Amino acid sequence: MSLSLDDVKRVANLARIEIGEDEARAALTQLSGIFSLIEQMQAVDTSALKPMSHSQDVTQRLRPDAVTETDQRELFQSIAPQVEGGLYLVPKVIE
Amino acid sequence: MLNSSLKQLSALLAAKKISSTELTGEFLRRSRALNPDYNAFISINEEASLAQAGAADRIIASGCAQPLTGIPVAQKDIFCTRGWRTTCGSRMLSNFISPYDANVVERFNAAGAVNIGKTNMDEFAMGSSNETSFYGPVKNPWDVTAVPGGSSGGSACAVAARMTPAATGTDTGGSIRQPAALCGISGMKPTYGLVSRYGMVAFASSLDQAGPMAKSAEDLALMLNVMAKFDARDSTSLEREPEDYTRDLDKPLEGLCIGLPKEYFVSEISEDVARAVEAAIAEYRKLGAKTVEVSLPNTKLSVPVYYVLAPAEASSNLSRFDGVRYGYRAPQYDGLADMYRKSRAQGFGAEVKRRILIGTYVLSHGYYDAYYLQAQKLRRLIAQDFAEVFTHCDVIMGPTSPTVAFDLGEKSSDPVQMYLSDAYTIAVNLAGLPGMSIPVGFGNKNRPVGLHIVGNYFTEAQMLNVAHQYQLATGWHLQIPVNRKSQTGLEPKNAERF
Repeated sequence: MSLSLDDVKRVANLARIEIGEDEARAALTQLSGIFSLIEQMQAVDTSALKPMSHSQDVTQRLRPDAVTETDQRELFQSIAPQVEGGLYLVPKVIE
Repeated sequence: MLNSSLKQLSALLAAKKISSTELTGEFLRRSRALNPDYNAFISINEEASLAQAGAADRIIASGCAQPLTGIPVAQKDIFCTRGWRTTCGSRMLSNFISPYDANVVERFNAAGAVNIGKTNMDEFAMGSSNETSFYGPVKNPWDVTAVPGGSSGGSACAVAARMTPAATGTDTGGSIRQPAALCGISGMKPTYGLVSRYGMVAFASSLDQAGPMAKSAEDLALMLNVMAKFDARDSTSLEREPEDYTRDLDKPLEGLCIGLPKEYFVSEISEDVARAVEAAIAEYRKLGAKTVEVSLPNTKLSVPVYYVLAPAEASSNLSRFDGVRYGYRAPQYDGLADMYRKSRAQGFGAEVKRRILIGTYVLSHGYYDAYYLQAQKLRRLIAQDFAEVFTHCDVIMGPTSPTVAFDLGEKSSDPVQMYLSDAYTIAVNLAGLPGMSIPVGFGNKNRPVGLHIVGNYFTEAQMLNVAHQYQLATGWHLQIPVNRKSQTGLEPKNAERF
């Protein structure tokens, strides 16, 4: 598999990271090196193996539907970058 | 006092030979004096530390002290800490003050320990040299032209330089064990799921595990007693009865079976590291252990598998840093999408962006099966290799890192070379096993060498026993790097009292 400059730019856009032309070229060289390392995985036949995400094969726990959080509004307001009248000010996120 | 164990410090506090306020003050003075040379701490907050020390003194006076009450412990800056900045080594979180404590911080607070500062680290724990920190690299106290290892390089350096008696770390691919080896201290990554990840800034959630870093295995055992407990707020925390990790420290090693993987003693190891590790293994034979050659045939796959899984999980975890809710926001932008792109481009450093790009690529449409799923399957293969060895061995030993600490700047431009230096430690995270590193001598340029000890799931008490017996017979863990400032009157003046 070989990466192209367009792949790098497409992935950077998916990841929402601005990338300049020079940066994309440098990233292409480094990512190509890393992917040639990653490609070693493909040589192994894994058809008989089950994927592993947790060594102890745990299952998701459930908890009672009970209130566990306390009111910490003042604390949260005190560390927010910008507040007004008890609200949190953020840039416009709906266009 | 600088070399006193946690148990000795606790005895001094109990006997009122010293107060926690005095003890904390001494370590704060030393940290202030040495930090300009080493850059081990991102935040020191004397007022907060001394307030905790004062509270500890009152607990000690009331006769309710626990083993770590009044003892300074540094926290890696990845653990959310109320009233302190938590930066995770990143510009992205340079002004972040958490409204809550991480479970690990909570547990040390409940034990009466004193937070003596937040330690420097690779940005978002991504790195093996501490050179990716937005707050500048940490220096190796044995040689300031060398890296301390990473990502818990600040914690390793602070313990090695005796700026704190102990520290916490986190280990996703070797981030406790490799810096412990490179700085000549002891460090342990417990079985995955033993210590809660709640409030620990996430890097790769299926691999991240917190653990203790200290001068000796005995100290690690006391810290693990505090850290390991089921926590319902971490969905992968394991429900287990609490254990006393000090219970087996004094057992003799007669009959212990040590597996030596032939894949670990190959040409990649430098000669000086091989020599120190072989001498340590000879010492174990003297202590009554027997050694057998074993095989972990898929060792070479661990680095490629890790560099799919860890970046994939990181790209998902780090998507929360969008410049809106908290963290860095670009000062100028044109619309919402541009704000995301610029905030993330400016807030993250090069290594973090590189890993987000890898992760985004391997998870993108059409590639999931070839990369993430294939890696998860190979992960099982790697775990099966270990399981086979543990049917007839108690522990596995080898070098923690193939070389001693490399020079600052030596590998920072070549990510693949940097990644390959973690081959021994990474496999242990993939399998979810416990692993530790202890100092076993010095190699080239008088830089420390670490012995890697890997145990089966939940055998931490036995591994600590194995490490402790070696430390009773040898003195490598008591070596202190020399700093010119520490020879010119900054040593505690009343040191003879201790």
